[in-house]
Amino acid sequence: MAPGSPPGPAIATMKLNERSLAFYATCDAPVDNAGFLYKKGGRHAAYHRRWFVLRGNMLFYFEDAASREPVGVIILEGCTVELVEAAEEFAFAVRFAGTRARTYVLAAESQDAMEGWVKALSRASFDYLRLVVRELEQQLAAVRGGGGMALPQPQPQSLPLPPSLPSALAPVPSLPSAPAPVPALPLPRRPSALPPKENGCAVWSTEATFRPGPEPPPPPPRRRASAPHGPLDMAPFARLHECYGQEIRALRGQWLSSRVQP
Amino acid sequence: MRYNEKELQALSRQPAEMAAELGMRGPKKGSVLKRRLVKLVVNFLFYFRTDEAEPVGALLLERCRVVREEPGTFSIIETGFRHIGQAALELLTSGFIEDPERKYHFECSSEEQCQEWMEALRRASYEFMRRSLIFYRNEIRKVTGKDPLEQFGISEEARFQLSGLQA
Repeated sequence: MAPGSPPGPAIATMKLNERSLAFYATCDAPVDNAGFLYKKGGRHAAYHRRWFVLRGNMLFYFEDAASREPVGVIILEGCTVELVEAAEEFAFAVRFAGTRARTYVLAAESQDAMEGWVKALSRASFDYLRLVVRELEQQLAAVRGGGGMALPQPQPQSLPLPPSLPSALAPVPSLPSAPAPVPALPLPRRPSALPPKENGCAVWSTEATFRPGPEPPPPPPRRRASAPHGPLDMAPFARLHECYGQEIRALRGQWLSSRVQP
Repeated sequence: MRYNEKELQALSRQPAEMAAELGMRGPKKGSVLKRRLVKLVVNFLFYFRTDEAEPVGALLLERCRVVREEPGTFSIIETGFRHIGQAALELLTSGFIEDPERKYHFECSSEEQCQEWMEALRRASYEFMRRSLIFYRNEIRKVTGKDPLEQFGISEEARFQLSGLQA
């Protein structure tokens, strides 16, 4: 910091494009969960009832359901979701790693609501979604390339199991052969030692994020993953995606119209 | 809006999808091009001064456009104009005029690098991942007749249904 500046919080505030954040909170992207939760203000503070909206890996909270702008947001990367002992019923916590990291204590209004939130928040990270997408990408390549109708049996270690749910909740069905309860998955993004600092200061590794440990190598890069199957193979994924997107929209139309009967 | 800044800073220290030193110009009028270490982590783009460990700032990459500018350069344009009139909104979204406040400009050292970054940034949103998942799920279902999400116990989640696909 500049010499002569008053002592106090040393780090300057990081800039963030908050308008984009606010827009993402209220746009028409799918909402992954929404509802009232009580949020604890601080360690010894009271609970405030807020309207929470989970969208992607962001948990927004509003004064109430009709508010146009969120009071705040909790960015859900690198956290665990746990049940907690609290005076409040149906309480759970979103806990981040690190010595000075914050733990957010929240409380739902019913057992069902609490379980719903814990499940949704446990799987909300971008990291988790990316793992699932990569897994499916591999599976698709395998069923197309390998031939045959059987769904390949994924390797247990490479399966993106959701972070371990508290034992009080029913275990999530995963692999048929997996032992119950669901074994705890080491959280992504908690390296025991930070990767080397590549410009002398900032950590700057371009390695694909993957679990440490005795696991199969990361899936091949996107470009190599598509095996030759037809005229669209040479197209970049984005174009492929768009082409199939049209198909999906048509399918969706069919599906919607076929939904008439209960 | 309050946000968990410490955790965002911790995120900026995680291994990146892509990282490089690029020229960057912010959206404010009169901004000059600066060398920044730019680092893509999940759906955030962090930017650092080249000799510092803490980021100067972060860009959320949801609902933004990645647009080619002159050769070797691209822009990230934030969308989402909620508080302006309909006529202005139409002008802006048609690209007829640009909102100078919402454009972040990046200069690469080569055309190839520029392409790489544009591709990566276009895919670096939760919404893109979600659509990809739905796409693969549907494709696998077509080939095998089975829902690949069942093994993860997430097949019923609303966020992965076909109906979640917006136009």
